[in-house]
Amino acid sequence: MVDHCLRYRDDEPVGDPAVTVDAFAEHGNATAVRIEPGDDARMLLPQLGRIALIEINFPAYGDGRGYSAARILREHGYTGELRAVGDVLIDQLSHMRRCGFDAFAPDKPITQEAADKALATWPEVYQKTVDGRSPIWALRHGR
Amino acid sequence: MYQYDQYDQAMVDARVEEFRDQVARRMAGEITEDQFKPLRLKNGLYLQLHAYMLRVAIPYGTLNGRQMRMLGDIADKYDRGYGHFTTRQNIQYNWIKLEDAPQILADLATVEMHAIQTSGNCIRNISSDHFAGAAADEVVDPRPYAELLRQWSSFHPEFDYLPRKFKIAVIASDTDRAAMRLHDIGIQIVKNDAGEIGARFYVGGGMGRTPMIAPVIREFVPVLQMVSYAEACLRVYNRYGRRDNKYKARIKILVHEIGADEYRRQVEEEFAHILTLGLEPPAEELARIQGFFGNPGLVDGLAEGYDRSDPDFAVWVDQNTTPHKQPGYKAVVISLKPAGGIPGDATADQIRLMADLAEAYSLDELRVTHTQNIVLPHVKQSDLYALWQKLDEAGLAAANLDLIGDIIACPGLDYCSLANARSIPLAQKISARFAEPERQRDLGELKLKISGCINACGHHHAGNIGILGVDRKGTENYQLLLGGSEAADTSLAQIVGPGFSEDGIVDAIETVTEVYRAQRTEGERFLDTYRRIGMAPFKEAIYG
Repeated sequence: MVDHCLRYRDDEPVGDPAVTVDAFAEHGNATAVRIEPGDDARMLLPQLGRIALIEINFPAYGDGRGYSAARILREHGYTGELRAVGDVLIDQLSHMRRCGFDAFAPDKPITQEAADKALATWPEVYQKTVDGRSPIWALRHGR
Repeated sequence: MYQYDQYDQAMVDARVEEFRDQVARRMAGEITEDQFKPLRLKNGLYLQLHAYMLRVAIPYGTLNGRQMRMLGDIADKYDRGYGHFTTRQNIQYNWIKLEDAPQILADLATVEMHAIQTSGNCIRNISSDHFAGAAADEVVDPRPYAELLRQWSSFHPEFDYLPRKFKIAVIASDTDRAAMRLHDIGIQIVKNDAGEIGARFYVGGGMGRTPMIAPVIREFVPVLQMVSYAEACLRVYNRYGRRDNKYKARIKILVHEIGADEYRRQVEEEFAHILTLGLEPPAEELARIQGFFGNPGLVDGLAEGYDRSDPDFAVWVDQNTTPHKQPGYKAVVISLKPAGGIPGDATADQIRLMADLAEAYSLDELRVTHTQNIVLPHVKQSDLYALWQKLDEAGLAAANLDLIGDIIACPGLDYCSLANARSIPLAQKISARFAEPERQRDLGELKLKISGCINACGHHHAGNIGILGVDRKGTENYQLLLGGSEAADTSLAQIVGPGFSEDGIVDAIETVTEVYRAQRTEGERFLDTYRRIGMAPFKEAIYG
């Protein structure tokens, strides 16, 4: 595991190195896999139950495909660790958390204090996603 | 009009504080310009040629007097005493200091306004029909649907780093006054045979360097699935839109390359999945929003008609007002295109005056049009003369709506770091050349649009006469296009031939208008004549 990983889950971190999506498909026994922006996250859906760690790589912060990948995995019931790695910046943490990421291993370390502050930016949210927060429309109508 | 509740206000206030912190970090050198850029862009702050430019969102182009007055005050306090209304129904300030930007956002938040997502590769401010709520031909008022989508798209966590910017327009009548099919998503609210309301989705339109008219992706999405369908459209784009080339990254390229049928298939598959997630706001939420868009105070039983004895007033009222669905009212367009003026510009005093007039004469409502004018949507016919007199005193009574003087122009090389050529001085020259009101009226409906570069912010592809500024070996050069339309009969303008100098293009336009005058038949608009006779006679007259 990388040294400066921020985690928002209580279980023990997975020690296995993450393999590529192709390698994962070929060798059926890996428990950690790494998704690159061009990979189709849906390829992993049949095996979600035996994966303990999925890393989603952001080679550049401006490539937002990983946000969709994360939500798709969570929407299909993935409960293992979902870790954003690469060019992960403080101002992106809040949206990443909303899309289902619960661990962050940024290239440039972010302090726990700064991350916690960033994650507290939004008092409420407009959309229902996979983070369990009630959207504003639900609060308005007592749902 | 929509009013914030404590949730909406809390979100905008949170954004102000977030941006205040980001600017402080930038000014302290804690983050680089490269890191700061996407953050400021999410708040509408561009770094232009001479200063920062701030673009303020006017959701679906609707605002009230208090909000308009604040826009005037900001122009005085933080800019040089004027603002520029844009083709996306927003306002831009061109001379902003970075250190002032957070306080401007705070000032805006006091009147339920913001600059959220007015730039950057995210879902932009949603535009709509500027006559919404007043138009006789609308199925319903489209703005509640636009507001529902505004909330859905604000701070959407999945779609903040799309391949490219994303523009949505919502209309609800067959007459398209919002260039709907030239948007990434165009939504037409329709009623089906069973009398149910739904959304027709057009996806993959746009201007820029590769103009495309959006195809229909779905004829009818039930209204309580509209947000889910939009989510599916965006997710397919976010995953598969091109990211290798900025100029091929808009959704129009994806839809064009894989084809509308394949795009539709992928969206439908994603949509079926998304429907299982329960993401759609409930009917009560739409009803709550619609509650803000009921009768704004229109009264029944007013007589049709008004005193037309002042000839100057009669000319203006015929040109710049439009029928209202309520008897005894009209919707009034205030032209921001005086002869020789800068299209879309208004001084702080003019902005505040329009705010006052909206409160006095238009049930406290104004609209910004994509043609860079201002609408007072609900004016009693008995008030028209008094209103006109006040506009005239303030230099706001140009009677040129949809005439050749009603030019759309982007900021161009006077401000914009992307531009190849200046747009504003050219617009002023054309406006001056055709300043004579009788001549403009004789030419009739003639939509002239100028872009200072291929990005097409001035909508030149959709101009009956379009002008594109290019850089030719270091000098500004202007290409002439003919035959575009952004209305329900959407068409893309075609290039006539080799480009011109600034003076040459003004002469060429004059030649084009002479060909039209010589060839038109009774009642034919310029566009009709062009479509009938084609490019050749114009080309012949210009290049001989």
